[in-house]
Amino acid sequence: MLTIGEKQFNSRLFLGTGKYPDFDMQKAAVDTSETDVLTFSVRRMNIFEPSQPNFLEKLDVEKYSLLPNTAGAKTAEEAVRTAKLANASGLCDMIKVEVIGCDKTLLPDPVETLKATEELVKEGYTVLTYTSDDVVLAQRLEEAGAHAVMPGASPIGSGQGIINAFNLSLIIEQLTVPIIVDAGIGSPKDVVTAMELGADGILLNTAVSAAAEPVKMAEAMKLAVESGRLGYEAGRIPKKRYATASSPMEGISV
Amino acid sequence: MQLLINGNMTEIPDSIKTIADVKQHFQISNPVVIVEHNGEILEKDSHAVQEIANGDKIEFVQFVGGG
Repeated sequence: MLTIGEKQFNSRLFLGTGKYPDFDMQKAAVDTSETDVLTFSVRRMNIFEPSQPNFLEKLDVEKYSLLPNTAGAKTAEEAVRTAKLANASGLCDMIKVEVIGCDKTLLPDPVETLKATEELVKEGYTVLTYTSDDVVLAQRLEEAGAHAVMPGASPIGSGQGIINAFNLSLIIEQLTVPIIVDAGIGSPKDVVTAMELGADGILLNTAVSAAAEPVKMAEAMKLAVESGRLGYEAGRIPKKRYATASSPMEGISV
Repeated sequence: MQLLINGNMTEIPDSIKTIADVKQHFQISNPVVIVEHNGEILEKDSHAVQEIANGDKIEFVQFVGGG
């Protein structure tokens, strides 16, 4: 069971809802993943085409905890406004703070991210903050009251996997709030690695939605989260330089 | 009457009085539509009573797929 703020989740896999080939495949992938938390974005409606299908129509939103993001925001002020817009839907009080500071890498702006987190915690939201793998910044976010800190494995949508396992492990070790590794995951291997490091959960989108078979990948990611978590809880053996026989050395019949 | 809707200056009939009327005019039926009127985010149940005036700035936003 994963607890974030006052919310509890059975699944440690959070799934994004962007870039699926179609809504039916998205629904199938979401169902297969057995996720409890869906992320999505807030955008202007095209009022001249109001009947265009909306992704929420296919999903039973009552079944999930909705985690809107503030993607598109470049300042704390914009992020806070987006959070308030999402909250006005009456469907959610969680918010993923995402304030981008660089268009090319989509890396977060640390100063604005911290400011937005402080403000939204004060406003009473359950705040999950997307951040880089900077250890001290992660600590500052926790001090600001973030209910979960979500360091990126690598740049958003890059599929590069975990490029700084050392920093991630320090963040996991030094913070007490849940750590959700968010962004850059490419394959189930990356998920298992993050979970074995002790991450409390994984947030991914493109690795599933842009896979050749999204539904199959959703299942693979679900199993990877479970496998990595079990491995972490079971406690891996220490690495040794030389071999240790698994079979008894006594009674060898030669 | 003219309204600045989602950044576009838009002509609407003068018979339109409230935010709910504007939604109806554009046939916005999506159950999850969030409205910001002159910079103020509206409670869902206030759309029917929130009156509009020429030159008002209105934002209609919705949830879309994202990560």
